[in-house]
Amino acid sequence: MADSGYFDPVSPLIQPARPGEAPHPWGHTTLIGQRIPRVDAYERVSGAAVFPSDVQLPGMLHAAILHCPYAHAIVRRLETTRAKALPGVRDIITAETPEAKISWPYGEGYAPPLFDTQLRFEGEEVAAVAAETPWQAWDAVRALEVQFDERPAAVAERLALTEKAPNVHPGGNLARPIQTYARGDLGKGLAEAAVVLSGSFRTASQLHIPLERHGCVAMWDGDGLTVWESTQGVFPVQEQLAAVLGLPLTRVRVRGGYVGGGFGSKLQTSKYAVIAAILARRTGRPVKLFLSREQTMLSMGLRPAAIMEMQLAAKGDGSLTATSLSVLASGGAYGGAGSALVDWLAKDLYRCPNVRTELTDVMLHSQPARPFRAPGYPQGAWALEQMMDRLADALGMDPVALRLQNIPTVSQARDGSPAYTTTGLKACLEEGAAAFGWQESRQRTAAQPATFTTRRGVGMAACNWLVGGGFPPATVVLKLLGDGSIILNMGASDIGGGTKTIMAMVAAEELGVTLDRIHIEHADTATTQYATASGGSKTVPTEAPAVREAAQELKRQLLGWAAEELGVKAEALRYEGASIVVINHQEKKGKSPKRIAVTNLARLRQQRVAMGVGHKRANPKNKAICPFGAQFCEVEVNTLTGEVRVVRFLACHESGRVMNRLTYDCQVHGGVVMGTGFALTEARILDAASGKLCNRNLHDYKLPTMLDVATQTVSLPLKLPDDAANSAGAKGLGEPVVVPTAPAIANAVADALRPWQVRCTATPITPAALLQALAAAKEA
Amino acid sequence: MSSSAKSPPPGIGMSRRGFLKSMSVSAVATTLTTTVATGAATLATATRTAAHDDAPPQLIQGLTPLTLTVNGNDHTVLAEPRWTLLHVLRECLGITSPKPGCERGECGSCTVLVDGVARYACLMLALEAQGKSIETVEGLMHGEALGPVQQAFLEEDALQCGYCTPGQIMAAEALLRHQPDPTLEEIRVGMSGNLCRCGAYRHILTAVAAAAIKKKS
Repeated sequence: MADSGYFDPVSPLIQPARPGEAPHPWGHTTLIGQRIPRVDAYERVSGAAVFPSDVQLPGMLHAAILHCPYAHAIVRRLETTRAKALPGVRDIITAETPEAKISWPYGEGYAPPLFDTQLRFEGEEVAAVAAETPWQAWDAVRALEVQFDERPAAVAERLALTEKAPNVHPGGNLARPIQTYARGDLGKGLAEAAVVLSGSFRTASQLHIPLERHGCVAMWDGDGLTVWESTQGVFPVQEQLAAVLGLPLTRVRVRGGYVGGGFGSKLQTSKYAVIAAILARRTGRPVKLFLSREQTMLSMGLRPAAIMEMQLAAKGDGSLTATSLSVLASGGAYGGAGSALVDWLAKDLYRCPNVRTELTDVMLHSQPARPFRAPGYPQGAWALEQMMDRLADALGMDPVALRLQNIPTVSQARDGSPAYTTTGLKACLEEGAAAFGWQESRQRTAAQPATFTTRRGVGMAACNWLVGGGFPPATVVLKLLGDGSIILNMGASDIGGGTKTIMAMVAAEELGVTLDRIHIEHADTATTQYATASGGSKTVPTEAPAVREAAQELKRQLLGWAAEELGVKAEALRYEGASIVVINHQEKKGKSPKRIAVTNLARLRQQRVAMGVGHKRANPKNKAICPFGAQFCEVEVNTLTGEVRVVRFLACHESGRVMNRLTYDCQVHGGVVMGTGFALTEARILDAASGKLCNRNLHDYKLPTMLDVATQTVSLPLKLPDDAANSAGAKGLGEPVVVPTAPAIANAVADALRPWQVRCTATPITPAALLQALAAAKEA
Repeated sequence: MSSSAKSPPPGIGMSRRGFLKSMSVSAVATTLTTTVATGAATLATATRTAAHDDAPPQLIQGLTPLTLTVNGNDHTVLAEPRWTLLHVLRECLGITSPKPGCERGECGSCTVLVDGVARYACLMLALEAQGKSIETVEGLMHGEALGPVQQAFLEEDALQCGYCTPGQIMAAEALLRHQPDPTLEEIRVGMSGNLCRCGAYRHILTAVAAAAIKKKS
């Protein structure tokens, strides 16, 4: 039946609920959960996909930004004459330009001028040029004559809090009052413990590095601005551009379409978009402005480094009695909470009655942090999950068994300790361990003689993630055209997680149409419906219920039209995809039931379109909706060179219903890759004296390549549809998958080095760091 | 982690670190105008005021006609001598499948085939590419139909955001032309010059293996 545009469902198509009621939970599904290639894969493999950086407009100019080369400096003089005279240069804007005299809202109460004369991080914008070619724009940037007064910079978190440290802003470098959290009685918990351990941990700053650099194309049409932006969310960009430029929302159109990665760094609006808009308005030409790779590394955000002190205590049976964690971190030069959520796992992942955490945020002469895939979590997991392994060793327990001893059924970190809608933590640990061969592997690595210099180790770690059920607002429109084709209209961006594909699958599952009959309109503020930015692992659980609701409304409308035409009540009809059937007594007697093709409905033939609108509804009250996961890995450590090779990985995640097994697995593998980089190679390195970035390219900042990740990586989804979470039964996946990877690797490295009791407590575990730790242990 | 610095087997193309090694250190470290002088001897007079190597490079102006053969078609354009192959493909010819990621030979998003060898289009001057056969993913298609490597990437979901994908596909194409039956290790080495920040490596590995089979049928 595929050529009709409808498929044969494995079970009868689901009928719409009554108006105002939530759709019934899915039973058997035909498409959902299958391995289905992306609906836009053709565009992505053929080169036809137009990313914002591919946009070319007639008469378009190219812009480039001059950024501050120092971590802290004052601009004394800026001379543009020489640059202006260069060939092809059409405009230069600086702090003196009238249109640029606007303030830039960094948040946290900081709103300096767009081009400030006091510059607080390397990479902060000083001036911008528009020219006929990008080469000429960069020529002009290099020809700008600027006199900077370099000032001493606050570079390191601890030093920045001392008396003599240079202030980022007047009043000291503490970014906000120290945040504390306490439950139970920590002293009592420590007193009743059989084992109390403490440890210091550190994670380095990690840069997002989406391969499409940050940037946009801006074009004016009279008083209306259109911006093609490489973004995770067109609507937040539209709102901020409109606010900064003083325009109504109807005069700012932001178009996304494809986006070449973001990982959190493209959730917000950046100065370059305003700069491009100003240059475009002044020159009367479209302006393309994409940052250089170095500039993205200097100014487009990071996962802040974390300095952590942790204490963990347990009874002899492994039950946790006390947890404490203190965190020092920096959100950069303009406030912000660099420590946000670093303590969440310590408060929430395992059952523990007595917990105390303390978060200290310091300001540095460094770029503002941005959310980065599971903000705070990988840092906190690095400390907690290594402490859990140390605790298991001290108690003589298996690390998996210790975790199983402490499975919570409620979210302890939330007010009122609400129950989880579902929790797969226990099952992820048990099924993951079984599939990995955990017990056997542990025995095998324990049996290695201490004389081996190439050593194997196995390790594991678990996680949850803050939000899993999505949240309002989201609006989706489904349109049925005269020939039965469907247009799916939603504002959400597909940042690589497969949002478009999964939403098309949801619409197809509901309506019975084949995927090739669905056209998707998305990520354009002028033509699609409002959606928040794609981040927080919330896009599928937010948009999928809205698509379901839109489909149900569409079906109700078609059933109503059929009832009118056939002179029966809508309740006497059944939606079967291609047609609508009268359920009557004749069907029971074996006669073929009366039916009408949807495309033959008189109202559709006359109106040419039927429409259903759906929204994301509020989440259930007093419930926590969270994804869970556990990862297991085996590493090979060379004790002579310090090299760590990840041999195999198994990631068992519970994110509710698996929507598309193919894109699900790709997400899981991708999280493990990014976590492997965090564990072994990635670190933003600042010069301690000047605060300048030492590794400002992809040769010096090491991203994992195909040679750096485990060939044997297994994704083992725990299929546990969460019907209480939302009508799709799905929870988020993109972020939890990156959380346990690094501590699982660290635990495996510690297992390999067990004869010397060596544990690497700082990321990244470079060969040098490992050898240093090993040498220190051998000396001691 | 240092294993990624391994040189690819001869004839398979260049890994990003291999490429860097083949260039002089000064050319990488200094500006593109210097690269012109170091990379192509014929351009030295155009970019230097004097014959001395330590003379400051002169600002390059003026457009030069050049002809590129892209996917079998000749295109004549006016280009500055310093323009890279990547720039001319994208900005002059509108072929936007090679993507700018780093523009210094580190990420592989701009990988194209030059005389059948995978090269970073950001590290080759357009002038250097004259007289050579340049291929992009558009050249792997048969009309609107995907070629075997593209089809394998689609079926195996060897991508997420898709930005590095055209470069990955061209690296795979180069690998399979030189080694039609690659081992998994050969695929890993052959593909190690192309970064994927979404981390789709596991599926890329499967796709390249599947493409090897598809190419034969």
